[in-house]
Amino acid sequence: MKEVKVYSRPSLWIDGVHTHYCPGCGHGIVHRLICEIVEELDIENETIGIAPVGCAAMMYNYLDLDFIESPHGRAPAIGTGLKRSNPDRIIFTYQGDGDLASIGMAEIIHAANRGENITVIFINNAIYGMTGGQMAPTTMPDQVTTTSVHGRDPKLCGYPVRICELLSALHTPAYIERVSLAGPSYIMKAKEALRKAFKFQINEKGFSLVEVLSNCPTNWKMSPLEAFRWQEENMIPYYPLGVYKDFQQGGDEK
Amino acid sequence: MKGNEVIAEAAIKAGCRYFFGYPITPQSGIPEYMSVHLPERGGCFLQAESEVAAINMVMGCAASGNQVMTSSSGPGISLMSEGFSFIAACEIPAVIVDVMRGGPGLGSLYSTQGDYFQVTGGGGHGDYHLMVLAPGTLQEAVDMVQSAWDLAFRYRNPVMVLADAFMAQTMESVEITEKRADPGEISSWALGKRSERGGKRSVLKSICLNPSQMEDLNDRLQAKYRIMQKEALWETLEMEDARMVIAAFGTPGRISKTAVKKLRKRGYRVGLLRPKTLYPFPEEAFTELPHSVRHILSVEMNSGQMVRDIRALARKDIPVSHMGHAGCAIPSSDEIVVSCLEILEKMEGAEG
Repeated sequence: MKEVKVYSRPSLWIDGVHTHYCPGCGHGIVHRLICEIVEELDIENETIGIAPVGCAAMMYNYLDLDFIESPHGRAPAIGTGLKRSNPDRIIFTYQGDGDLASIGMAEIIHAANRGENITVIFINNAIYGMTGGQMAPTTMPDQVTTTSVHGRDPKLCGYPVRICELLSALHTPAYIERVSLAGPSYIMKAKEALRKAFKFQINEKGFSLVEVLSNCPTNWKMSPLEAFRWQEENMIPYYPLGVYKDFQQGGDEK
Repeated sequence: MKGNEVIAEAAIKAGCRYFFGYPITPQSGIPEYMSVHLPERGGCFLQAESEVAAINMVMGCAASGNQVMTSSSGPGISLMSEGFSFIAACEIPAVIVDVMRGGPGLGSLYSTQGDYFQVTGGGGHGDYHLMVLAPGTLQEAVDMVQSAWDLAFRYRNPVMVLADAFMAQTMESVEITEKRADPGEISSWALGKRSERGGKRSVLKSICLNPSQMEDLNDRLQAKYRIMQKEALWETLEMEDARMVIAAFGTPGRISKTAVKKLRKRGYRVGLLRPKTLYPFPEEAFTELPHSVRHILSVEMNSGQMVRDIRALARKDIPVSHMGHAGCAIPSSDEIVVSCLEILEKMEGAEG
């Protein structure tokens, strides 16, 4: 029987390094997808990543790309400064739910509203990972975290923030889609959405954001498989997958 | 042209092509001027959603080696301070103008020098410093704004020009020439220049989870600050035989010149020492004072901030006192003369 190689590490993945992420975490998957897309689009010399504060703060240890580390939540502002002075460079931010939807809410809304021609990759795993499992703005009702030990109480702190819905209410953003990592078929769709977001930027269509529903088995206190199931059963119904804005397909005019 | 506009035009003539800022009195003339004139000269002006966003836009723009500036005042400088810390830690060259107003809190729209502690201490968290330039006149503001990028690029450090509300609203004639900054060799570190580096990437970061990495970063920064010490600038007037020295920067530094002239005319041996850089502080000027000096009066538009740095440096037998207002009243030269005369009389009484 002839051996067929079905998968190789992308060449932009730094040789010999393994991520520090926990088993079942989605960050490694999304990092790999970014590498593949940047390679496929042949934009590695042009691409600049903006790393967040959170578990992915050191994502430049894995992706061989130009990078800058952002203060917590400020990546869209850094991206604005970079893109305005380097319109021919491809700029992406990579942000978690605490980074983007809590402390960085002002920066993301205004970057989206200005139509900054950057790509935002928003990882929503409904919890603060790096600081050890505190409640996020996207934590589900009744979800137990270290700062909501009896479960998130919407009477106390409101319902989870739906970023795609919120940003798609703005006139300017060009492309907004929510995807998931809850299984291989989801991941393939996630890659298509991410590729589309980068292509929007290359074609100067304006602001693009892909929200990626992800897992945090460690802080959810679940096995990786349980976490996939929990995400599918609890997060996807509240955070519906799909395209929220697509300027190319005759969405809102810019 | 008013001071704000002078500062903005000087920046453009020095090659600044990007400005990110947020309106706040008394510096709004700077973003207003930039919004008109930067696009005309092929640059980009953007009004940020906050000072927090503005300084991060500056960080992103500067990270690719561009000449970029922002300006603000007290409350806005506080909000930007997080960004100052990151910019300093990532060793990114940037220029910031602080047009000081009254504080603390929302404070007042008029002139003070209440930000001295904040800006000479860096403003944000951690062991770092901004380079702080303190012009006394609008012409000096022009020259300092124009030298700011040279310094920023040379040291890969944020540089602040510290003006005040009075200066920002003053009109006086100045000469602004085209004086392009020298960015030096930026392709070794600037983002977006991977091709120029032969495919080698650049990562600008400040996280140091390993204690020895943290120590290395701080050692490197402190070594740089020690070298930076040679950029310390100050002006002296009538110091040779001075029994008393007025120390003042910025607007009070300018007014104190008149006070010294008035006192000399009446035969009093009073001199002026005016720091033109506040970080690095002109340490040598205060450690090497003439032997004749018996008293230093620090004239500041605050409750006494620079006076502490002077006390730490001056000979221990020289009393250092503070004079000034924190309520936005600019001291007149006559008021400074009266304060000096009181001290001189006491000195003579003690010696007589």
